[in-house]
Amino acid sequence: MSEIPEDLKYTEDHEWLRVEEDGLITVGITDHAQGALGELVFVELPEEGQVFNKGDACAVVESVKAASDVYCPLGGLITDVNSNLADEPELVNTNPHEGGWLFRIAPESEDVLETLMDTIAYEEYLSGLED
Amino acid sequence: MVEPLIFEYHASGGRSFTVKAPEASDLPKQFLRKSKPALPAVSELQVVRHYTRLSQLNFSIDTHFYPLGSCTMKYNPKACNSLAMLPELLGRHPLAPDQFSQGTLECLYELQEMLQQATGMSGVSLTPMAGAQGELAGVAMIQAYHKTRNDHERNEIIVPDAAHGTNPATATMCGCKVVEIPTRADGDLDIDALKAAVGPKTAGIMLTNPSTLGVFERQIEEIASIVHAAGGLLYYDGANLNAILGRTSPGAMGFDVVHLNLHKTFSTPHGGGGPGSGAVGVGERLRPYLPIPLVIKTASGYSWAAEKDCPDSIGRLSAFMGNVGVLLRAYIYMRMLGGEGMRRVSEYAVLNANYIMVCLREAGFTIAFSERRASHEFIISVKKITRETGISAMDFAKALLDYGIHAPTTYFPLLVPECLLIEPTETESIQELDGFIEAMIAIRDKAYSDPEALKAAPLTMPVRRLDDVRAAKHPNLVWQPPDEQAI
Repeated sequence: MSEIPEDLKYTEDHEWLRVEEDGLITVGITDHAQGALGELVFVELPEEGQVFNKGDACAVVESVKAASDVYCPLGGLITDVNSNLADEPELVNTNPHEGGWLFRIAPESEDVLETLMDTIAYEEYLSGLED
Repeated sequence: MVEPLIFEYHASGGRSFTVKAPEASDLPKQFLRKSKPALPAVSELQVVRHYTRLSQLNFSIDTHFYPLGSCTMKYNPKACNSLAMLPELLGRHPLAPDQFSQGTLECLYELQEMLQQATGMSGVSLTPMAGAQGELAGVAMIQAYHKTRNDHERNEIIVPDAAHGTNPATATMCGCKVVEIPTRADGDLDIDALKAAVGPKTAGIMLTNPSTLGVFERQIEEIASIVHAAGGLLYYDGANLNAILGRTSPGAMGFDVVHLNLHKTFSTPHGGGGPGSGAVGVGERLRPYLPIPLVIKTASGYSWAAEKDCPDSIGRLSAFMGNVGVLLRAYIYMRMLGGEGMRRVSEYAVLNANYIMVCLREAGFTIAFSERRASHEFIISVKKITRETGISAMDFAKALLDYGIHAPTTYFPLLVPECLLIEPTETESIQELDGFIEAMIAIRDKAYSDPEALKAAPLTMPVRRLDDVRAAKHPNLVWQPPDEQAI
């Protein structure tokens, strides 16, 4: 069973979002997503200062099985990226919700957060996919 | 490893011989090497045994059933190879004048004509060296068409998510923006999403039909009319041509441009990285833009048409005229089969796939798009077995090797979880197909009775499970001598 922490918000594309104390939003892929991809061999991250719209492909996660785009869950400016992933992409597998975060974004608006799933909703969404 | 590298047989002072450098050489002096190459000192017999043993480790179509989905690993008749190797064809220098190349040119001209007929197109260029280059040529022609019409805003290529993974890569290489369209639950394209996606920026759509889901896109004529009405063109990825050969054609479906993997559908052993051939066919609108050179027939014989005759061409894709060896194999294959034979290719390719699909379904396997008829390939998902036993699609693939069967394609297409994409091709006998079905059932039974044993598979291969993550992250591609001085 995938781990689904309660302090995060979730998208249908299997990304998680955490609102930090400074108002920035940290984004990563969920435990379910890393499990489906298998061990990652490469992560391509956006550059700090880049601006994305909601739904833009802004990162790539690549395993021996597949390469997948990560879609920006909300519009805004990239403020930080997790540079540790260049040498240790497997952090996304071993610690998807903490050490394996992908990037931080200063959102244009936080409205999108209201539309995202919480732990219970994401758990239901995942069990719906199983059937 | 079961067989060391040839370099590891080197013994200082071992038996070998040195070829004496020729007295006179055409090579300019600055290009001549000054030190001896680091070749191992080994005897002729050691060399013969080394390479013979390596050849025995091959898992190939000549030795094993090879149902690798999306790859069309059919048997290639030996006659195609031996005839293409005739000295009159093999010995022709690429710079030989047309008048001394009439035999080769005639074969290539007729190949252009046959491919044109098989695809329902108005013109063919044989010059792309591989499928990927054929795709590049196709999108470049679409761009040239829009540019000539001063239609500069059209830079979006629509790609359904069931298309080949190379399609979005090609569009990106050409500087286009990729617009992805989802697939419906029945495996066909989401028409409403297509209608919403087309517009004044649409350059074209890239489609594979049958799609990578192993089903024929039934709305293809409607798709063609929607894209054409929006001012875009249709690109056909020929990856799955084996399913429709002689039955229908990209031209009949409304496509404007198509690339063919001649090495795949038309008889060149492939899968080792080349050489290939990605010949392109086009409808009337794109004919002026075909990559050069083309073979033309005039009163004085066959000749190459190039820059002078084709001023609007997108240009050259190779130094000469493509991979002629692959083109000749395709020519010989088509001439041996004839029109009737080519229809039988797709007939048996589709029959064999459907036979395995129905047998596996009756044996209780989960078939993706089960209500649909398979094309030349189909998908099973072992998700239920994985959930109940921990045995994954990868474990099935590895276990099949112990039954003397090459693994089907795993985890592709990405739309189906824990999937195997199975393509038997037309060249297998029913005994071979039954053997595969029995192996799949035996592996499934073992998943429930002794899953740990399957996790250890393969047991009979020269190597067991390889660390593919480490291979991807830390590739070790060049052998380093233990001691530079020793060689």
